[in-house]
Amino acid sequence: MLRFSALLISAILGTVIAFIIISGIEAFIKGSGLSLFGDVWNPNAGRFGILMMIQCSVLLAVSSLFTGWFLSLGCCCILNGLAPKFIANLLMGILTLMTAIPTVVYGFAAVFLLVPLIRDALGGTGFCWLTASMILSLQGIPTMTFIMNSAVRSLSSETKITATALGMTPIQHLSRVVLPLSSKAMISAAILGLGRAIGDALLPTMLAGNAIRFAKFPLDSMRTLTAHISLVLSSDIGGGEHFSLLLSGALLLTFCAVISFISRRFGRKINL
Amino acid sequence: MKFRELALTFLSWAAFLIVIFGVGGLIIFLMYRGISAINLKLFFGDTPAFDAIFALKPVWNGIWPAVAGTLSLLLLTMTIVLIPGISCGVYLACFASERERDFIGESVDILAGIPSIVMGLFGLELVIILRRFFLPDATTCLFLSSLCLAILVLPTLITATRSSIEALPSQLKLTAEALGMSKSDTVRHLLIPSAGSGILGGIILTMGRTMEDTAVIMLTGAVANAGLPRGLGSKFEALPFKIYYTSAQYTSSDELMQGFGTALLLLFLSWILILAAKIFQKRLMLKWQIN
Repeated sequence: MLRFSALLISAILGTVIAFIIISGIEAFIKGSGLSLFGDVWNPNAGRFGILMMIQCSVLLAVSSLFTGWFLSLGCCCILNGLAPKFIANLLMGILTLMTAIPTVVYGFAAVFLLVPLIRDALGGTGFCWLTASMILSLQGIPTMTFIMNSAVRSLSSETKITATALGMTPIQHLSRVVLPLSSKAMISAAILGLGRAIGDALLPTMLAGNAIRFAKFPLDSMRTLTAHISLVLSSDIGGGEHFSLLLSGALLLTFCAVISFISRRFGRKINL
Repeated sequence: MKFRELALTFLSWAAFLIVIFGVGGLIIFLMYRGISAINLKLFFGDTPAFDAIFALKPVWNGIWPAVAGTLSLLLLTMTIVLIPGISCGVYLACFASERERDFIGESVDILAGIPSIVMGLFGLELVIILRRFFLPDATTCLFLSSLCLAILVLPTLITATRSSIEALPSQLKLTAEALGMSKSDTVRHLLIPSAGSGILGGIILTMGRTMEDTAVIMLTGAVANAGLPRGLGSKFEALPFKIYYTSAQYTSSDELMQGFGTALLLLFLSWILILAAKIFQKRLMLKWQIN
């Protein structure tokens, strides 16, 4: 009975993956005349290229990962002896509460607070790459910080006494001993953060403006793959828009599965 | 201080301030705008509360239908996910062979990494296929949403159950074995009850994830105006979808206020759930003196 339900998990996973991938491939074959991987989106001309969405997804994910990762590194240092105890406790409490903030609430608050700020300060509509990337990086911080923290904390307590005996200050101990030792955890936090950032649908949909084009500047409106899926109405089943949707889903799934796979291989190396 | 230490100190304090002010700003803004909207009128509009709760009269301008929708979604999803999730976690922690643990663990990890919008797409495609080949009148509905949500949150429950049991001190298992308890008795009468509060924490965590997810339900049956959910096969309203919809489609300042109230309500509910989960998990740690 227990064994059955455990194997059920693999079966469910297999079903979901097979289903999405097969529909993606089917869409690709059936829609071969629609240049699905092309860089033109023009439903009237029968061109449904999703290259622009791919570019936007990658840009948004990488940019928010970049800021989010550095902020997480900072938070992790605050938690591990760079700041007084009460500040560390305060930050820990806030990070824990942050893990529970629903994405849609982040999005809602940002639509009415951050978007007008950006609009007034920098011009444009306010719904842009910059806005989405700011909130997305904020949202990813707790997860990454907790991954880094668990590695840093155990390494720090292992080496603390030796380092102090050698005359190192706590900051030196952290920057010269612990952080270099925990580089693998840092990379695995980044990998996991990338998967999260590229898979999030709500924030890009609510904040990035959703114009279909290549984004070049932080104030450009953009539409990611995830936003594309959540926006296209499924009224024309079997049409070009629907095919582009299926292909986007298959791409996202493949990407995230590969990421989980890599981070698992990587995680095993850390444990050894 | 050398450059590296200086840079690290600067980065850390900057990160601290950005997180505090970023999140603090968003939350305080939300409370400032939303706290006055949280009252009976937010829930029931102009309908008397009693009539609304027992569905005697319809609620036109309150969020009660969305609350009811979210509650039924929660109930249905937890019903589906509870038994497979916990038993899979128990199996992984207690019975699985090395190879099974690898294989199933890998599946759980990959499943956990699938974006929720892709799971929503899965549900949508499922209905389209059903409609084409088996049931011509299949449609997106409450049951479909619960099913997809259940698959989405399954890894959370499995991982929480598994790690609660694995965190128990190994003497417990050894003592049981030394006393001659069989493996299944040990698991059923010793390990699961001992890890009980941790597993309960995991269940609450799973509820939190179910409640907040928006991407799945917006593709599988949540709509803006459905009234109270009428059955497994009906469309429904839900709190997160209401918030998403309001942010894009509000027409009056009243609707906007309602959006702020709803967002704040969802935030408070999520916080209550995570605090409860943390308390239960902490109790497990204290009971067995695990650090």
